Amino acid sequence: MIGNGILKGLAETARNFFGSYVSKDRLTTVQYPEQHIPQIEATRDFPFLVYDGADWESGMRCVACQICEKECPPKCILITKSTDKKPDAVGKPQFYPAVFDIDISVCMSCQICVEVCPFDAIKMDVQFDLPTDDRFGGLLLDRHKLAKSNEYYHQIHPTEATAVDTALAAERAKAAAAKAAAATPKPAAPAAPAPAAPKPASSTATPAPAPVAPMPVKPAEPPIKPLASESSKPGETK
Amino acid sequence: MTAPFLILAALAVAGTAAAMGLRNGVHCVLALTVGFAALAALYLQLGAQFVGFTQIMVYVGAVAILAVFAIMMTHHPGLIEAPFSRNWLWGAVIAAAVFATLARAISLGTASAPSAPPEPSATVNQIGDALMHRYILPLEIVGLLLTAALIGAVIIAIDPKDREESE
Amino acid sequence: MIAAALTTQDVDQIFVLIKHALLACVPAALQPIASAVLSIIPILVAFPLLFAITTVLERKGLGRMQNRYGPNRVGPAGFFQPIADGIKSLTKEDVVPLSADHAVHFLAPILLVIAAFLGYAVLPIGRNMVLVNLNAGVLFFFAVGSVVELSVFMAGWSSRSKYSLLGAMRAIAQMISYEVPLVLASVVVIMQAGSLSLVTIVESQSGYTGIFPHWYLFTPWGIAGFILFMIAATAESNRSPFDLPEGESEIIAGYFIEYSGFKFALFFLAEYLGMFATSSLAITLFLGGWAAPLSFLTFIPSYVWFFLKLLVLICFFIWIRGTLPRLRMDQLMGFAWKFILPMALLNIFVAGLWRFLPAGPLNSIRWLVCIGVLAAPCIVLSFSLKQKKKLLVRTYHFAE
Repeated sequence: MIGNGILKGLAETARNFFGSYVSKDRLTTVQYPEQHIPQIEATRDFPFLVYDGADWESGMRCVACQICEKECPPKCILITKSTDKKPDAVGKPQFYPAVFDIDISVCMSCQICVEVCPFDAIKMDVQFDLPTDDRFGGLLLDRHKLAKSNEYYHQIHPTEATAVDTALAAERAKAAAAKAAAATPKPAAPAAPAPAAPKPASSTATPAPAPVAPMPVKPAEPPIKPLASESSKPGETK
Repeated sequence: MTAPFLILAALAVAGTAAAMGLRNGVHCVLALTVGFAALAALYLQLGAQFVGFTQIMVYVGAVAILAVFAIMMTHHPGLIEAPFSRNWLWGAVIAAAVFATLARAISLGTASAPSAPPEPSATVNQIGDALMHRYILPLEIVGLLLTAALIGAVIIAIDPKDREESE
Repeated sequence: MIAAALTTQDVDQIFVLIKHALLACVPAALQPIASAVLSIIPILVAFPLLFAITTVLERKGLGRMQNRYGPNRVGPAGFFQPIADGIKSLTKEDVVPLSADHAVHFLAPILLVIAAFLGYAVLPIGRNMVLVNLNAGVLFFFAVGSVVELSVFMAGWSSRSKYSLLGAMRAIAQMISYEVPLVLASVVVIMQAGSLSLVTIVESQSGYTGIFPHWYLFTPWGIAGFILFMIAATAESNRSPFDLPEGESEIIAGYFIEYSGFKFALFFLAEYLGMFATSSLAITLFLGGWAAPLSFLTFIPSYVWFFLKLLVLICFFIWIRGTLPRLRMDQLMGFAWKFILPMALLNIFVAGLWRFLPAGPLNSIRWLVCIGVLAAPCIVLSFSLKQKKKLLVRTYHFAE
């Protein structure tokens, strides 16, 4: 019958209209900013620096190795190494970043800085509502703003944080065991620091793939070989 | 010569004079539309409601749009024509002669009735009555004319492909 | 006067009484002008206010129909949104294209708003509440409505833009095509009432048999005429599903593409005012104007009933907008000339039949014959249209 489709359509919209007042699951709108869509655990927005303990300056894990600065694709990390050293969590004197700035207007949240950091010092935060009306410095976060505690890291990424903590604890235990082993046998002393040095490097490399894919280990090896061969080449031609 | 009449007459004259004098074709038609509206208001002022509203509905609503469509489709905006034609003297002479004739006829006509005539009651009822009884034949002939015009317009506007299909 | 108990008659006529009281304060020489001004001000206040409320209602209503909230931030449940919209449109930069015809570009929205407001002059909003009781009221309304087309053309042409010119041509074609069925659908009411004056038409619908009113809606030609009138009114005011001339996804707002800021707001206002005016005319012609629907409800004032009926029609417009997809231009024009116009002519014939068939008990013969004559082409059309659709199984030649 003519007009039948229109009447069916009208009935459908009327059902939608009155149903939206009756059953709340019809309206799937999330009323931001009062409500938020729950974020998954692997959410990443902008980086932050992890510190252990209570004091953010002394407990910061970052040793200003500047690997993340070099690997960052849009070059939004700006690091200035300090001139003095301070002891890190293991007790070893390390440099620390005197200036660690991230320009979050440039940062593209690619997480490469997190992937390459050998010290689990920089991790991804989950805060995205960081607008500011300060055009000239509001989006340049300095190291004080970037420093957040390990407890905070546990809050936002529990699985990751526990894995990192386990790995670090294991590494510290190994380092302590190696130190204890190095302290007792004297003739093995010159040999011990040599295997002890590459060991922390390989053992820090292994926990890093745990939250991420096991990629960073493999590419670390091949680039060294061509460099070695390339350095020998000019020697050969000359 | 009351104030409303003077205002409306001035508006009508100004509109139609602008329709002759303006350069842009569409502006001319819009000025002519102002003249039509003033004429409708004059009809209303004389008490002829039906004619006045029909004037607006037909002239302003349909004829003006027809005119603008025609000008829009045929007029080339790049052409700048000379504002005065070459034979403007002859035109002025003939226009003056026509105006003199009309003025004489109107002044002779109204001179015999100095007081305002009784207001004719041309209500819609009476108009409809007259159309259906006295003027039924002209009404039907006008209807036939309009139908012929409509069919002619459709034939002119129809696509030649559609015409071959329908033939 | 405050101490005396206000009867329902007083409440019904309260605006008339206020106007007479104010007029008594004015010296006699200025009374005609003062009377005109005092009558015009309520129209200028009430209908733009209704326009503001309608914009919010529409957005919220459409939202609920589409299973989402409408605007709900500004004010309680979002009902101050029109204030925000008004401030936005007033403060936006008025961009006029360099090659536009400035005089006509400026005059187009003004003419449109004038034409839209003029239509309210003959509408009876309550008992004794009409601005001018013209003998040819319906004719005046349609005459003013035809000025709208001219201003649409002016708007589209003066912008000197392809989209706006195309949109204006389409809009004018649509408006002219649907004006004929609009007038023909109202001719049946004029035939029955015997007068072009809207006050007379309302008064001829103000009787009651038992509790049921004598509205023209409750006759077969009245129902058909009302439906045809509403379809034509939807098309006249360029509303969905006939909003191709101004559809954002089709022609990027058509003839008001080059207007911004306040002029755009004026176009919007004029479109909605036109919608209200044609709805008010439909109420006056078919729904009994300011008369109450049931005889025991006459204690509620007449203007309240008018606005309630207007709100119902507005909600119906919003409902239709939320339901139907947009019609294509050729579908639109075909619908007007091939279906609505013949049905309107048939409706006039049926109204004549109604008048001359015997009005027996329950009017059963009249009803059956008239409904039969009106329904026959619809049924025949639905059968013939169904047969044309032979849905074949789709074959794909290249995709495996």
